[in-house]
Amino acid sequence: MTSTTANDAIIRTAEGVPLKLKLLRTTRRNRIVAFCLVVPLLLFILVTFLVPIAVMLLRSVDNPIVAETLPQTVAALEHWSGQGVPDEAAFAALAEEFTLARENRTIGRAATRLNFELSGMRSLVTSTARTLSRGEQGPYKELLIEIDGRWGEQKTWATIKLIGQRYTTVQYLASFDLHYDAAGRIVAQPEVRQIYVQIFMRTLWVSLLVTVLCLLLGYPVAYLLSTLPSRISNMLMILVLLPFWTSLLVRTTAWIVLLQTHGVINDLLVWAGLIGDESRVQMIYNMTGTIVAMTHILLPFMVLPIYSVMKTISPSHMRAALSLGANPLVAFWRVYAPQTVPGIGAGSILVFIISIGYYITPALVGGRTGQLISNFIAFHMQKSLNWGLAAALGTVLLACVLLLYWLYSRVVGLDKLKLG
Amino acid sequence: MGPPSYAGSLQRSWYYGFRVICGLIFIFLIAPILVIIPLSFNAEPYFTFTEGMLTLDPEAFSLRWYEDIIANPQWLHSIKNSLIVGFFATLLATTLGTVAALGLSRPYMPYKQIIMPLLISPMIVPLIISAAAMYFFYSSIGLSQTLPGIILAHTALGTPFVVITVTATLVGFDYSLTRASASLGAPPARTFFKVTMPLILPGMISGGLFAFITSFDEVVVVLFLAGFEQRTIPRQMWAGIREQISPTILAVATLLVMASIVLLVTLELLRRRNERLRGIRA
Repeated sequence: MTSTTANDAIIRTAEGVPLKLKLLRTTRRNRIVAFCLVVPLLLFILVTFLVPIAVMLLRSVDNPIVAETLPQTVAALEHWSGQGVPDEAAFAALAEEFTLARENRTIGRAATRLNFELSGMRSLVTSTARTLSRGEQGPYKELLIEIDGRWGEQKTWATIKLIGQRYTTVQYLASFDLHYDAAGRIVAQPEVRQIYVQIFMRTLWVSLLVTVLCLLLGYPVAYLLSTLPSRISNMLMILVLLPFWTSLLVRTTAWIVLLQTHGVINDLLVWAGLIGDESRVQMIYNMTGTIVAMTHILLPFMVLPIYSVMKTISPSHMRAALSLGANPLVAFWRVYAPQTVPGIGAGSILVFIISIGYYITPALVGGRTGQLISNFIAFHMQKSLNWGLAAALGTVLLACVLLLYWLYSRVVGLDKLKLG
Repeated sequence: MGPPSYAGSLQRSWYYGFRVICGLIFIFLIAPILVIIPLSFNAEPYFTFTEGMLTLDPEAFSLRWYEDIIANPQWLHSIKNSLIVGFFATLLATTLGTVAALGLSRPYMPYKQIIMPLLISPMIVPLIISAAAMYFFYSSIGLSQTLPGIILAHTALGTPFVVITVTATLVGFDYSLTRASASLGAPPARTFFKVTMPLILPGMISGGLFAFITSFDEVVVVLFLAGFEQRTIPRQMWAGIREQISPTILAVATLLVMASIVLLVTLELLRRRNERLRGIRA
């Protein structure tokens, strides 16, 4: 470094670049290299997973069908006060657009969409459109009311106005058993249509029950595994890990085999004379089946985190407590149990998160009474085709799960998420 | 074994009582899986033990349900589909996930706190939501009811497992090894294949196995994305349980249990190798 004079305070590399600058460049290069390694997966997840989810969740507020099928009617209704029935302009626009939509075969979609909000709308819309297509002429107000008296009712028009909005909150209201009444106020759904609050509560309750059952069954097992000599505990660990690695459908099938009315357990009970052949117990295709099968499936998720925490607790703590005169129960409760709390927290949140979004097992063994919120999302996706409602229910479910994960990351740390 | 010699009678009875309780819980865990194995050899089309089976009459046992799998083109087709989807999804997930984990483990990784949750999100989001979202997405680009669509979907679901296991393997990775390799003139690719990969291979394999089992066992996304032609084993079992329940399902289930035992043993051997390599246990 001949060029460096004695009073030059800047340290330089062999090439004469100031070291600080060189270090900065190297760090920046390292950051770019590290980021470039992550980019392929990040892009892949964004495109195939995160964006589709965002788009799907937007369907909960996106409401294009009626706005696109009946644009003039919706525009005419904008000036309507919401009292009585709208003026002739709205009736004329409706009649014109019904005829047009019937020709374009888009009337069915609009009718279905309106029917989700007010039952009876489907038949009203399609039959009116059919009559109008015979070439009836105005004045349309009298004509439409003559075709069906419901066109003279305020709530019919209020529904069209409400569902005609391009973006809507009705799906979220519906997720909580609320709706807009004819006057535009948010009120509870009529009692016969109230289901989702009950289903959400049921899902939370089942998740909680399964979590508690898993904890009650998993804690002793984890304790035993962590205190036995490793040769034996490794053998017993197989009994926990084998179910963990066995296909979900296999385990669900196994429970059907065991629990059904002509299944192994009922046969055993009948054979033992505990119950009569006619009074076999219904243990599956109801809530019991869902809870038993879910507890069995999720138990390893509870045992493994608790076990890994218990493994780190030195047995000398308990021995010290006992030698100082504590009663074994007190020693366990005051010395041992508090140290296992992180494991209990990790296992419980994990089990709760998994059960809250559970779909397969309730669908197969839940019968009618054991269905959870996921099953209703699937129903609206596949059967009723009310995708907006499915998306709204999904958003609520996702919000619950993300909240729980946030809790999990505070309690355990996402980077401590371990497998197997 | 046995309770300590100084234990009193109450402690003794608790010692044995506790073991009995744990034994019952172990039975709860394992019995359902074990029960289906003998039942899959049932000669009768029932889901319960016949009298002949209980008296160990050889006439009561048969391989007819296994023959049924081989004779049924639907089952064979679904096995083929599952293996194809599983293979490609695992390959993609392991490649993408390992490369990303290498980046994430570097000390200079920017925005790690934001990127990590995004990368493991497919594991977090309830499957029914993922499935519904993917159904809309793959329909819109014309990939629903095709095997590539299911492969891509399963890749997304499998990558978090690879990222997590490989990142865990890279904790405490000695970077002076790769620097030594680089200073001796090896290009980065050669350094990776000759130095890094042999060391993180156990993590890659167990991550890959997780990805494979995720794909192999996945039914919700398949329910939404697959047509009749793309049915996988779990989809076929789903149909079997819902529509025409026959002991063939038990035969398939038994084969799957055997497969998971093989998997369990593989993972255990990998774990031991990993511990040996890192010198955790002599």
